[in-house]
Amino acid sequence: MTSEKQAATQARVAAVLTGSNGVQGLAVDAIGIDHDGMVCVTATPEQLHEVCVLLRDALGFESNTFVTARDHGVGREQRFEMFYQFLSVAHVDRVRVRVMTTGDDPEVPTITDLWPGTSFSERECWDLMGVRFSGHPDLRRLLMPQGYDHHPLRKDFPHVGIEPDKLYNQWDEERRAAFAISEAERLEGKR
Amino acid sequence: MKSTTFDYRPGFADSDADDPLSGETIEVNMGPQHPATHGVLRLGMDLDGETMVRVDADVGYLHRGKEKTAESLGWAKFFPHTDRLDYVQPLINNIGYAMALEKLAGIEIPPRAEVVRVLLMEISRIAAHLIYLGTSSIDLGAVTMFFNTFKERENIYSILDAYTGHRMNNTYVRIGGLYADVDEKVEGMMREFLTQFPARVDEFEGLLTGNRIWYDRNRDVGVISPEEAMAWSLTGPILRGSGVEWDLRKNEPYCGYETYDFEIPVGTVGDCYDRYLVRVEEMRQSCKIALQALNRLKDTPGDVLAEDRRYILPPRTKVMSSMEELIAQFKIVTDLCLPKGEAYAGVESSKGELGFFAISDGTADPARLHIRAPGLMNVQAIPLIAEGRLLSDIVAIIGSLDFVMGEVDR
Repeated sequence: MTSEKQAATQARVAAVLTGSNGVQGLAVDAIGIDHDGMVCVTATPEQLHEVCVLLRDALGFESNTFVTARDHGVGREQRFEMFYQFLSVAHVDRVRVRVMTTGDDPEVPTITDLWPGTSFSERECWDLMGVRFSGHPDLRRLLMPQGYDHHPLRKDFPHVGIEPDKLYNQWDEERRAAFAISEAERLEGKR
Repeated sequence: MKSTTFDYRPGFADSDADDPLSGETIEVNMGPQHPATHGVLRLGMDLDGETMVRVDADVGYLHRGKEKTAESLGWAKFFPHTDRLDYVQPLINNIGYAMALEKLAGIEIPPRAEVVRVLLMEISRIAAHLIYLGTSSIDLGAVTMFFNTFKERENIYSILDAYTGHRMNNTYVRIGGLYADVDEKVEGMMREFLTQFPARVDEFEGLLTGNRIWYDRNRDVGVISPEEAMAWSLTGPILRGSGVEWDLRKNEPYCGYETYDFEIPVGTVGDCYDRYLVRVEEMRQSCKIALQALNRLKDTPGDVLAEDRRYILPPRTKVMSSMEELIAQFKIVTDLCLPKGEAYAGVESSKGELGFFAISDGTADPARLHIRAPGLMNVQAIPLIAEGRLLSDIVAIIGSLDFVMGEVDR
């Protein structure tokens, strides 16, 4: 992005988000430019959904590029930082939204009602980071098996894993138990 | 003589109403080891007769924790892992990752490196599209196509072998450029391949485009409207197949793509057949770009690696003769510290927008590396277009969405 383009995008986004029909409590300096030159809106979890509605309907960001989170480390009051990135095909533009959350089990509103394509991204974020998306219609794990206890991308999760064989052993026992019953039934039927 | 015609109506047929079993669904599991799912994808389906009422795509069988691995490996040592994302086009992954890091560090790469990168990306795109063409057509019964396309792909792999020393998983891109320059032998091999290739594409098209079976099984199957495609985060040939003229090479040019002469093919209907046509035309356009890049090689002399001892590896020859350069190489490989901040770089891969979102906290350990995999979004769209269609269409749909599970699961 050239710098004129950035400035134009920044002005356009700021005009809508902080205008008269804009988001309550969003200051003009919340719309800045990131290290890589992308326009970035810093919002709170409460403001997020409203910001996204305006981004989609008033500013023409038709597509979501990704939803992801960053773990700032154990013991931080504001531990998880959410990153959303949107793409406008009509304006050839991108914008990033970042949201700071508090606590070890944060919750942010879902945006699947606005962009259905964010469903997998949010599921992945819940799976790997443990960020809960309130209102998501189907918040299951995406990559790790269902029933897994941990969120691997958190900084307190070791690289070697925690009890990597636990689920496998559990399934194996279940399978063996089920097989033993059916084997007993089969033998009984023979007699 | 009275002739009876078969009224073919895909979707929920009204004529099922007098069927005593109508409305009763059975659950069918497809995959994760099914040859037509192109990797370890599992589909849970509810079938009403032959109609798919519910489709649930279950991914994660190839999850290797690449993003977590990056955090312990460091920036420089993660390059070989990017090869293993979308393993049919390793060089595009390398370049996407390198671009994100270059953005983070604020590095400009030399013009010759840009030209060679374009050349490599387009060659890789052709190889990836050939895989699409081969596998999607063998799934629909056109076995000849598979052998034809894999024969061509073999030529590309011979070229890459001669250039990088590996057929697959090349890891030939570095921060700030490339590991080594293209030599004359490779240039000659590339030129030979690229001049004969358009004729081969015509041959492929002759076998498929007008083929009645191919047409019937792809036309009006898996239709995605432009609005849907954008809302479902689809990019690449699928978005273009739906008629949206969006290509990062044109709209957000990188590596000097704005200076090349090429066109973006778009579809009109947004079905599997349009996606096929878009990909075939893209192969021709890629061939055109690659030839232009090849012609530019002799006009752009110079190095293929930028010079910056903070972030960029010293050239191999200097490492072998100078102690300082050896130390610099060691420092860069083991603990490369990039400036604090966030950077996103997206490249147009053969599957769509492949993005790397890198966050650095200024230390040698990456704070976060998120890989925006286009394949994941393509898999996500399976229920959208498969629900309500016949079971036999799922094979055409999976083929046309063209994903590689290495990238989907990461």
